[in-house]
Amino acid sequence: MAATQVSKVSKPAISPTRLRQTRLIGVILLILSVFVAVFFAWPVSGDASFRLAYPGDAFPLPNLIVPAAPYAWVVAALLAFFGVRQFLPGATRWTGLLFGLGLLLLVTAFLTWATAGKSFSLTGMLQATIIRSVPIALGGLAGVLCERVAVVNIAIEGMLLAGAFTGAVIGSLFGGTVGVLAAMLVGGAFGLLLAALVVTYRVDQIIAGVAINLLVLGLTSYMSSQVLTHHRELNNAPIFKAIDIPILSDLPLIGPIFFQHNIFVYGALIMVAIATYYLFHTRSGLRARAVGEHPEAADTLGIDVYRLRYINVTLGGMVAGFGGAWFTLGSVGRFDENMTNGRGFIGLAAMIFGRWHPVGALLAALVFGFADSLQQKLAILQTPIPAEFLAMAPYIATIVLVAGLIGRARPPAADGKPYIKGH
Amino acid sequence: MAAPFQEVQSVRQGARSLDIELRAITKRFGDLVANSNVNLSIRGGEILGLLGENGAGKSTLMNVLSGFYRPNEGQILIDGKQVQFSGPGDAIRAGIGMVHQHFMLVPVFTVAENVVLGVEPTGPVDYLDMKKAREQVRTINDEYGLEVDPDALIEDLPVGIQQRVEILKVLFRSAEVLVFDEPTAVLTPQEVTEFYKIVRMLRDAGKALVFITHKLHEIHEVADRISVLRGGKIVGEGFPGKTSDKELAEMMVGRPVTFNVAKGDFKPGATLLEVKNMTVLRDDDSVAVDDVSFSVRSGEIVGIAGVQGNGQTQLEEALSGLRRVTSGTVKFDGADITNSSARALHRMGFAHVPEDRQHSGMVSDFSIAENMALNTYYAEPFSHGIVMDWKTVRETSARNAAAFDVRTSSIYKPAGELSGGNQQKMIIAREMSRNTRFLLASQPTRGLDVGSIEYIHKRIVAARDEGDGVIIISSELDEILALSDRILVMFKGRIVAEFADGVRQPSKNEIGLAMAGAVA
Repeated sequence: MAATQVSKVSKPAISPTRLRQTRLIGVILLILSVFVAVFFAWPVSGDASFRLAYPGDAFPLPNLIVPAAPYAWVVAALLAFFGVRQFLPGATRWTGLLFGLGLLLLVTAFLTWATAGKSFSLTGMLQATIIRSVPIALGGLAGVLCERVAVVNIAIEGMLLAGAFTGAVIGSLFGGTVGVLAAMLVGGAFGLLLAALVVTYRVDQIIAGVAINLLVLGLTSYMSSQVLTHHRELNNAPIFKAIDIPILSDLPLIGPIFFQHNIFVYGALIMVAIATYYLFHTRSGLRARAVGEHPEAADTLGIDVYRLRYINVTLGGMVAGFGGAWFTLGSVGRFDENMTNGRGFIGLAAMIFGRWHPVGALLAALVFGFADSLQQKLAILQTPIPAEFLAMAPYIATIVLVAGLIGRARPPAADGKPYIKGH
Repeated sequence: MAAPFQEVQSVRQGARSLDIELRAITKRFGDLVANSNVNLSIRGGEILGLLGENGAGKSTLMNVLSGFYRPNEGQILIDGKQVQFSGPGDAIRAGIGMVHQHFMLVPVFTVAENVVLGVEPTGPVDYLDMKKAREQVRTINDEYGLEVDPDALIEDLPVGIQQRVEILKVLFRSAEVLVFDEPTAVLTPQEVTEFYKIVRMLRDAGKALVFITHKLHEIHEVADRISVLRGGKIVGEGFPGKTSDKELAEMMVGRPVTFNVAKGDFKPGATLLEVKNMTVLRDDDSVAVDDVSFSVRSGEIVGIAGVQGNGQTQLEEALSGLRRVTSGTVKFDGADITNSSARALHRMGFAHVPEDRQHSGMVSDFSIAENMALNTYYAEPFSHGIVMDWKTVRETSARNAAAFDVRTSSIYKPAGELSGGNQQKMIIAREMSRNTRFLLASQPTRGLDVGSIEYIHKRIVAARDEGDGVIIISSELDEILALSDRILVMFKGRIVAEFADGVRQPSKNEIGLAMAGAVA
């Protein structure tokens, strides 16, 4: 008897989970369409006037006038079309893109509705977007550096806060530059502490991170209420001034958005660029990634797993320390209790949304920064939405993006696992 | 002693032939003596077969040689000179390369990235020169004819090719001694043949090779000289062709071993389990089991062969109530049991020996007694209402441990401290010490010693002779051939071939081809 052939050809099936997800997104888009029609298009009248230039710009652009009601109707129609598209054949391929586009349109419709009959500085909001992304992007970058060597760094929040505090105090005493350097040193020290806890002593990474967060929160809150309130001179740091990049900063629209910032924005960009080069184009980066993916393999090749984990986590801490200094030296010039307010955790979300890539984390941070600046600027427009709800925007954006849009991103394979050398 | 090999042409320029001498090596882990006073010589141009059961100390010895462990006593001599390794890096630099049983490759890296890792070509500012790396890899690749694409991602490559990448890795580091730890465990028969060719080619190029295995036929096929390790000591030497299987097995186990499984006459009864058009998905929603239909009669052992990762795991999980059947039906004794819970199946008389015993067969930190009650702890006689009856649990466990040859000093010891063979016997005791009607066993003897394999095979055949329906899922062809009354071959989620016993015994090669997807 020869082998009985029982195989047959069947077509590749789209998984039911995927199909369910697509349908769900379709329903959400349809609901959003109705929402836009009822709340943004139906009751509104007048034009929304978006200011694109600052007074005194070299090449002033005219205002962008958008008729509010017609625009909202168009958005509602597009959303409805995107929603229906999810139920037609071949929908799964476009789901992510259309959902993202749909959310973007929703935001523009919301802005137009809020601005109807008034005027709103679009340039100002976008500039604020960049500024507010800084701590999130740096937090995310710190996360990337740590998780690429498989150390989960929940302590970024605490490292930001420590950086903010150090920046304020040292900055008040010795000037901004020294303040920034000190903030990076303190951030790095907490990175070193985390590395010691999780690499050498194999403390659970989440617990070690939470412990550092609580430690920093407690320490800085105590110092701030007991010391800084009595010695105001210790909490009065200089703020870094914006540096205009020659020529580029004079460009209309783009100039103020991208090229009129202080060192924190430029520093974040440079750090992202260096980190990308380091992780993906250097020998050390290759080894670091190997340690995060398959530490045993790295070990068999004579690569020191522990040493690389120490180095990268410490570097991550320094980046977070720099990001923390933004809160004081780059923004308000003084330290307030818990002033980071969860930005470190949003940074971690940016890292995941950015798929453990420095540039990805930066782009994701821009999305969160946009939500952040949106809520701040909308408060000026006096919309009927309560301020508390607006303040929730960055966090809602986090949930929507992390839960809904990213799908299944793949973290480094050994992420979060301690490595024990065989001896 | 190296004289007969001097005429061997060295393929690589400047290649040196190393002679390695392990002298009186002793390695202890706490109280456990893994190697005791071991002497071993490894020579260039020769394949040394290191034979021994699991736990005999083969891997420990080789880990000493490759710098992972430091011996407590003894010396390593290279070309007569004593050396000391403080880490794997030192051993690599001395020319000793190890190909581990579980590949040490980063799945998301390319072949070239994996090969150069640790000895990367660089430019200024630590720049990783991948262009040069690819060229270097290609050079070695061509030199030995390994035919691996430097730009392929590891996770996209079949296991046989991944192994070549491992070989490429050690060759790239100019290794003169290559140690292979159980290299054929994960390969298809065809890949094994290819692998033997590569090993012989490396020997002819003057390399010294150490081939660690517990499979006798492999040793005969490939080794030039055999050393047998038992209980951490070298217990004998032999030469393939001259030393018989029986002698080697006796040296390895320490007592005479029977190779054949005694089976009663094949008297199949009524159809017991019927699977129709079953489709099962993996966690990532890809199709693992694709529209599969088959049946199992009472008193019949159906062996499911296939290279790992072709859907057998998901098939096993679906049949044992651990994974949802997406479409199709499963009938047991005429009743529909599709997506029944594991407990419901258990009550119907299903015995399940899972693929990964540490992960899904037992709770390592629980005692042997507790583990023995895991499947029926909720029912009489182990509990009355919500109260556990520990006395009965202990008594039953002690009885079953004795009946199923679970060797332990105490049933209160954590199950994780048992050897693999005794863990498996414990699971079999738990599953089969009841009135069973069906046995589903996946990789029932993976990684076990010859003695335990013998015992477990006997138990499986006994279940069949008593009229149970039996499914054996195994990637060990020998096991499938020894036990099965009927053989199904799985490839990419489908059953691509069926061989019925009594009609004609299929050759290993025939099944091997089907396992690789080439249906005759």
